[in-house]
Amino acid sequence: MNKLTQYFRGLFQGNKLVIGIPYGWFILLVAIPLLIVLKISVSEMQATSVSSMISWSEGWPTLKLNFASYQFIASDALYVKTYFSSIKYAFLTTVLCLAIGYPFAYFMARSPKHLQPMLLMLIMLPFWTSFLLRIYAWKTLLVSNGVINNALMSLGIIDAPLAMMNNSFSLVVGMVYSYLPFMILPLYANLSKMDLRYLEAAADLGTSPFKAFWLITVPLSKAGIIAGSMLVFIPAVGEFVIPELLGGPDTLMIGRVLWDEFFSNNDWPMAAAVAVVMILIILVPMAILNKAEAKLKEAKS
Amino acid sequence: MATAPKSQTDSKPAEKEVLLRVEGITKIYDGTIKAVDDVSLTVTKGEIFGLLGGSGCGKSTLLRMLAGFEQPTKGRIFLENQDITNIPSYQRPINMMFQSYALFPHLSVWENIAFGLKRDHLPKEQIAERVEAMLSLAQLNKYAQRKPHQLSGGQQQRVALVRSLAKRPKLLLLDEPLGALDKKLRESTQLELVNIIEEVGVTCVLVTHDQEEAMTMASRIAVMAEGYFLQVGEPDTVYEMPNSRQVADFIGNVNMFEGVIEEDEADHVTVRCPECVHYVGHGISGHQGQSVSVALRPEKIMLSKDKPAGEYNWCEGEVVEIVYFGDHTTYHLKTSTGKVIKAQEMNNTRDLSCGLTWGDRAYMHWNDLAMVVLTQ
Repeated sequence: MNKLTQYFRGLFQGNKLVIGIPYGWFILLVAIPLLIVLKISVSEMQATSVSSMISWSEGWPTLKLNFASYQFIASDALYVKTYFSSIKYAFLTTVLCLAIGYPFAYFMARSPKHLQPMLLMLIMLPFWTSFLLRIYAWKTLLVSNGVINNALMSLGIIDAPLAMMNNSFSLVVGMVYSYLPFMILPLYANLSKMDLRYLEAAADLGTSPFKAFWLITVPLSKAGIIAGSMLVFIPAVGEFVIPELLGGPDTLMIGRVLWDEFFSNNDWPMAAAVAVVMILIILVPMAILNKAEAKLKEAKS
Repeated sequence: MATAPKSQTDSKPAEKEVLLRVEGITKIYDGTIKAVDDVSLTVTKGEIFGLLGGSGCGKSTLLRMLAGFEQPTKGRIFLENQDITNIPSYQRPINMMFQSYALFPHLSVWENIAFGLKRDHLPKEQIAERVEAMLSLAQLNKYAQRKPHQLSGGQQQRVALVRSLAKRPKLLLLDEPLGALDKKLRESTQLELVNIIEEVGVTCVLVTHDQEEAMTMASRIAVMAEGYFLQVGEPDTVYEMPNSRQVADFIGNVNMFEGVIEEDEADHVTVRCPECVHYVGHGISGHQGQSVSVALRPEKIMLSKDKPAGEYNWCEGEVVEIVYFGDHTTYHLKTSTGKVIKAQEMNNTRDLSCGLTWGDRAYMHWNDLAMVVLTQ
């Protein structure tokens, strides 16, 4: 009896340990860093480091918060403009990824079972090359005397090279190219699991294949669409490398502003504040959306 | 000289209007696997036609060809004399109730039922009216706004049925309609289903592996195996007068005796088997000396401890197994040749003591119209 209870107690603790690992991971690598960023954003910049939040005067701790960075972000139109611009490019990237990725994932999911692992491999193949290298490769394709312009000119289709580099075009091309797999993979996972009998039922009830796609397949893949869009949109908003390499002076992205604050201006509180605002801009609408959807579900049932 | 009993043939009501006609339909998968092999059938208006067979017998493939999900390799399908073989499923006036129900999970019960009607571009009021009528038919008015996963199995089943009825199809296909329900629910649902179908008056083709389901629901059944029909007929005909060993074996329980025709007269036949001699009280189409099987259903065997009079239609055995079902008990009796025969006794009284027990010797006897002589 004693042994049995001991065994169960051990099992119970093992249970907690297993659940504890992801929680520990989350606290250590997500929650604590986030709190540090939050702390830096309300500190003051000193010569080499930021001021500490708590100062001791006459034996009493005083909490000192400095919201100057936030005030500056709100007052300077450049930041607001950059946020909007970041969201705009991230949104455009997401929409284009969805438009390209959905048919891609659809045909992958409906192709013969034995071909699917190979197709999946092809999607992941680019990851085997350095991300930077691939972005640089786009440069050689898009510049004025690059592969595409040279080819078009020698064919006589255009007289002067197209301006495809260092503008919003090259930025969006680079972003869509880089983030496409993150859209395809969750969509593929969702579509390949779909029960095809729903389509038969739709056909049976008089729905043409084209209509059945919009009435059945798309609504049923909503979870995949949302997951893919999140995976593209969220990192795209804060993207730094692609705007830096392929973007131009007009393509404002918050990632670059962040970089400048950190490394050019050496203003850590400002940079941290920019990051915090960015997180809020992404998280708050998402939370509201989530809640509204949950409420809608509840109301329906 | 000997003739087959009359009722064994004629099972096709000729005077009624033919709705569905299938001519020599064949489906071959991957060039070699014959799922359906040259099947022809006619279904008259208002009939519930049952396709009965084990898994892999081709019944589902046949149904899917009727629905238009599969293209036949050979043969034609006619609906009201119109060739629909090449018409895609979404243009056929045929609706199907799926085994898995295939209710659209993202739509409410109301929207599921309205789905097919909306595709016909009916006016809004008419759709609403029809959906309401269907909901009442299924007694689901309260659940109109629920999603399918919020319903019980029986409720989902009724939604699936009225969804397929909403478009008023000329032909309704039922694919194992009760397969997903537990036994108790199945019995009540079976009757509900038949009542709804009869109320609407729609012609049905029903696929099932469950003989009870086929017997109770269908007005005519076809027993299928390996892609073709073994026998087509009314449920009682197929049960009481199977035309082959395979059918007798598939439908219900049966004791099979191997023997040789000894006497072949117009009014009776005797078959000598190792266990006993069968005296069959009607003529059959066979000849003296022919090897035949005699099929005898367990419920037609009576048990007694006293030796029956006469020399025919009885056999002695030792009780080796007793299977209690509540309403009846099946006794397994081992004869002197080692053959085990099943006999079924109704439990008419609550007295449990008077029955036979393991190791008892008992006599099985039956009357001279209880068995079927099978030549194939």
